[in-house]
Parts: sequence; structure tokens; C-alpha cells
Amino acid sequence: MTKLEDMQDLLTQATALEELQRVTENLRDYYGVNHVVYHWVNSVGERFGCGTYTTEWVDRYVEKDYLHIDPVIIGCFQRFDPVNWKQLDWSSKAARSFLKEASDYGVGSQGFTIPVRGPNGQFALFTMTNTCSDEEWAEFIETNQRDLLLVAHTFNKKALAFEEGVFNASTPQLSPRELSAMTLLAKGRSRAQAADEMSISEHTLRVYIEAARHKLGAMNTTHAVARALAMGLIVM
Amino acid sequence: MLRYVYAADLHKFPKLRDTMFRDRAEQFANRLGWEVTVDENGHERDEYDDLNPLYVIWERADGSHGGSMRFLPTSGNTMINDHFLHLTDGVRIESPFIWECTRFCLAPDADRRVTAGLVLGAGEVMLHFDLSHFVGVFDPRMERIYRLLGVVPDVIGRKGEGDAEIGVGLWEFDETARPRVQGRAKVTRKDSLDWFRRAFNIHNPLQCALALA
Repeated sequence: MTKLEDMQDLLTQATALEELQRVTENLRDYYGVNHVVYHWVNSVGERFGCGTYTTEWVDRYVEKDYLHIDPVIIGCFQRFDPVNWKQLDWSSKAARSFLKEASDYGVGSQGFTIPVRGPNGQFALFTMTNTCSDEEWAEFIETNQRDLLLVAHTFNKKALAFEEGVFNASTPQLSPRELSAMTLLAKGRSRAQAADEMSISEHTLRVYIEAARHKLGAMNTTHAVARALAMGLIVM
Repeated sequence: MLRYVYAADLHKFPKLRDTMFRDRAEQFANRLGWEVTVDENGHERDEYDDLNPLYVIWERADGSHGGSMRFLPTSGNTMINDHFLHLTDGVRIESPFIWECTRFCLAPDADRRVTAGLVLGAGEVMLHFDLSHFVGVFDPRMERIYRLLGVVPDVIGRKGEGDAEIGVGLWEFDETARPRVQGRAKVTRKDSLDWFRRAFNIHNPLQCALALA
């Protein structure tokens, strides 16, 4: 079983849609859930997606044009907070029969969707589905929401790169302040020491490190420092 | 009470919406003298209101606006990343764990209860959506008010002189401060959670109970 960090690395180094597809499969196995799907709409309204749903379900979905009644699509495109599907409006008859059918196709009775908003109207939905009780699902979300937010945003950074025609695993650009912060951490300075040397507050330093972590597609600060070193962005 | 409303749903609360945009005109155009756009209805709105932001609004008993603020994720377009990079040493602040908070506004006759209520609302947003910080541009003349509230921003950078001065600040929510803020807002933990649950349609009590643990 691959670690989450390895999957993040796989994602940031992906050069084609098929590799994103493989990460959704890895994530499904890692978390032991029914499905993982990542679906995005670029700034000119074109739709793309990858994920583990069966081709039967995807074909059925397209054939019946479920995009227009799917409460997940309707509910999540107008918000940016993570959503347990229980929060969505399933009250209409069409929505209920859709859910029943989705369940028959193995989607599962539970879902969790993270809407991600990129610049200039780009947006995406990262979804996990499962078959379990409401309590188990609420607990699963509580435990994993933070990591899944990271993963969802890493998917989206890749989608944005693809949209710009960047298909190689390009090295992110860090600003001089981000580079200074990462270099000091790599040298083993504590946050307080690094902030002091840079004449900024510790909070500001934390935010600079977080901005760099996000650019590097890393899981945490240690991972970010390792990646920055491996990419040759900082030298010791 | 506190309402958490995406722009797309503001039409469900017309009085709250109209009084909010009017109070924003009063605060930002009239009192602070910012170069903002006020439309023919006397509403202050900008391009970020068109990006379907999330508003946290204190609603008074008569349904009018007592105070509010506006949130946007930093992965999309934000005021700071679009216009104020020179105040952050060129660092683009973008993270799933940092949202931008702008247009912190109080009705002209708002009392301290309202401001404390808004701080609580920001705390709920942070807690439930796993956020670590809010970032935003602010008018340094508001710093006195922030200090009174105990929500002093950590200033990343500032530029300009006198009335034209503007700062970029960072906010955290200190969970240990919650009882004090609740006391000031005269809001119980249960009420605060109920408002949040109702806004986001959370029926499974566990979903919020876990956030408390």
C-alpha cells in the first residue's frame, strides 16, 4: 500500500490524465472506500474527469443526462466548503431515484465532496463515496478531511497546469521570501529562529511556509523541505 | 443570530442583503473614505461579491444587518493575490487552509455583542473547514476596534500614509478565547453550533459533535 506522501509525489509529477486516473485508484485502495472521483470544469466551461466509477455507471449517467439532476453537482458548484452528501437536498423524487440507482451501480450510500475553486472561473469537485453507516462516515470525514483537502487541491493544481498546456513535471517558482524560509528550515532552524532572522513574525513565517508547501504539492513542512531540496530549489 | 450565506443564496434574505450592502457603503465609502463603488441603490459592491463568496452575517431581531464579513478561498481569485502582492513581499498566499476575509463591516449602531458574534462565526468557519488562518486587507484605523475585540491581526505588510494607509493582516482563532468571546456575544456554544448546522444543513449531530472533540 502506497503512502499518502507517495501519492502526492505521483500527482505532482503526473504528465498525463492517465496518471491522475491511477492516483484515484491508489487513493481508493489506500482509504478502502468504494470510489474516488476528480472532476473539473476549466475556465472556458469544458469538463474533464477521472476516477474509479465503473464505465457502466458513467455511461448510464451520461445517457440519462444526470448532470442536470445530480444533487451533488447542483449543490456543490455554488459553494466551496467540504460537503457530506447528507447535507445536500435529496428531497425530490428524481434525486431519490437517482441515488437509488447510483447505489445499485455500486457508488455507495455515502459521499463526501470537496469543491475546489481555481482562478478565473475554473472549479473542480473531488469526491469519495462509500457504503457504511452515517456515523462511520461522519467519523471518516472528521478523521481525513484535512488530508483530503490537501489531495483535492493537488489534483486541481495539476488540472490547472494541464489547462495551461504544461504537461511536464515542472518545478514550481518560489518567491525569494519563500526560498529564504525553506532554506532556514532545511538548515534546522526553529520557526522562531527563522522568523527572527527574516525579521517577520512567526505567523507570517507560517503562512509563507504554507504557501511554499502548497506550491510544492507537499503533505507537510518536512515533506516540502525535502521536495525543495530534491528539486534543487534550495541548496544547503 | 448568525447567518452563513453564499452570495447565490442572498436573495432568500432580501432585507439582510440590502442593509448589509448599505452599511458597507456607509462604512467604506462614507466613514473610511475608501475608493469603492456605490451603486444607485446605495449598495457598496465590488467584483469579489460576484464570485459567490460566503458571507457571515449578524442578523438583528428585525432581520436587518448588524455586521458582516466576506470569505473567499485563496485558491481562486482574491483581493490580496490580485492586487496587493507588493504588501506580502511578493508571496502569493494560496492554500486550502487559508481563506481571505474582507469587508469586515459593522452597522453604524452595532454594539460589542455583534462584533463578538462575528468573531465566533469566523471561529466556527475555521474549526469546521479545517482552516488555520484568515488573510485580508484592512484599514489600520480599524486596528483599535480589533484590539478591543481581542482579534488583533498579525500584520504582514502595510503601505501608504495617513488615511490612505492599508495593511495586509493574518488572523487566527484562539480556541481558548472562545468562552470569553461567547460571553461577550451572549451566545451559548449550542446556539452557535445550531446556527452553523442550520446554515450548512447538517442533521447528523455527530458531524458537529466530532468537531467539538
